[in-house]
Amino acid sequence: MYEEFDLETPAQLEDALRVLSDSRGGTPLAGGTNLIVDMRAGRERPERIVTLGNIGELRGIATGDGRTRIGSMTTVSDLLRAPEIARDAPSLVDAAKLFAGQMVRNTATLGGNIACGSPAADLVPPLMSLDAEITLAGTSGMRTLPLADYFRGYKQDVREAGELIVDIAWNRLPTKSVNTFYKLARRRGDAITVTGLAVTLCVAKGRCARARIALGAVSPTVIRARKAEAMLEGKVLDAELIDATAGQAARECSPIDDLRASAEYRRHAVRVLTRRLVSTAWYTLV
Amino acid sequence: MPNEKTIILRVNGRDDEVHVPSHRTLLEALRTSGHMDVKCGCEKGDCGACAVLVDGLAVDSCLTLAWTCEGKEITTVAGLGTTENPHPLQTAFKDLGAAQCGFCTPGMIMAAKCMLDDNPDPSEEDVRMGLAGNLCRCTGYTKIFDAVLEAATVMRKEGGPS
Repeated sequence: MYEEFDLETPAQLEDALRVLSDSRGGTPLAGGTNLIVDMRAGRERPERIVTLGNIGELRGIATGDGRTRIGSMTTVSDLLRAPEIARDAPSLVDAAKLFAGQMVRNTATLGGNIACGSPAADLVPPLMSLDAEITLAGTSGMRTLPLADYFRGYKQDVREAGELIVDIAWNRLPTKSVNTFYKLARRRGDAITVTGLAVTLCVAKGRCARARIALGAVSPTVIRARKAEAMLEGKVLDAELIDATAGQAARECSPIDDLRASAEYRRHAVRVLTRRLVSTAWYTLV
Repeated sequence: MPNEKTIILRVNGRDDEVHVPSHRTLLEALRTSGHMDVKCGCEKGDCGACAVLVDGLAVDSCLTLAWTCEGKEITTVAGLGTTENPHPLQTAFKDLGAAQCGFCTPGMIMAAKCMLDDNPDPSEEDVRMGLAGNLCRCTGYTKIFDAVLEAATVMRKEGGPS
């Protein structure tokens, strides 16, 4: 690396928060698989870095009281090694399996993927489809909010300079549920997502009791297609309704052209993937 | 906090004393202290040539700060086996001609080692996905996948820890 910086390596969350909120402030470093690349390219020039890797309390997966909780410093490959994640968040496993390459999966963290604020962050649509909540800590205390309210715009979020992401948690889905994620990219291995789509469908008494459709890489942030979701809830689904819902999801995104795909293609992909994932989920459950 | 300090890196079972500034990557620290088997490719986590094991997990050493590796066990491809007593992966890469220029080989082998620790009986598909973070510009990958599958078979027969 070519620019010098001060490096702090706290072992306790409260020490990290104290350093981040003092007069000099600092840039938190989680796995570093984005930040270090950005620093080398000169896009980021932090004067002081606070590593989070020594803070044991931020890493790990816990379940209890029907809730699943993942510490922010849990790595992508930790997710793949955890049977409770395979059980409680199949969509997160779908995303983790195709996340970058193996070395990055061993380093990159859940909190880092969220904090980078990329619309193509693959762990975010699955978590939004699970109604996950995010907990932030600052020197003045903790606050918890829905992950769907965390992002404010392209690479912008509600986290303040002295705050850190502590964990992500959600209530376990009822038994009659399907939760999946599909990553569409130029190739399967080590690729950046063109369109990512996570769906949760819960069925009760033969009707759709809950529908969640989260879209990645087709808007300035990951979003939920809330109007499309509302079209499904309380209904007995059929091909016509699913097709109309897919069309609505495609209208709710606002994709751009870039080197990976055109806006038009991305919008088409949202329609096709919504139709495919919702119908597969529905016919698995009924 | 000073911007330079002497740290101990435990590499292939031996302690290396290195004096490094805070912005030095593990890759730079390793090569500076003589571990030239760790290759410097893209320096942005795309090519996997710099892969080493840190506490048993393959990471890109170009994306890892040296200071954060103090007290951890680092293994490079030279620590996996010797010429007299090579690791099954090293033998398979040699026997099946899974290297041309050889530049990607250290990273390929370390990534394969980590993948086989998680999954001792991989399908070819598993091998492809396990090595998705490693680029080879010569071989077309086929012989590399063959070598990893061959090594996996040998390691399963040997049964013991590798």
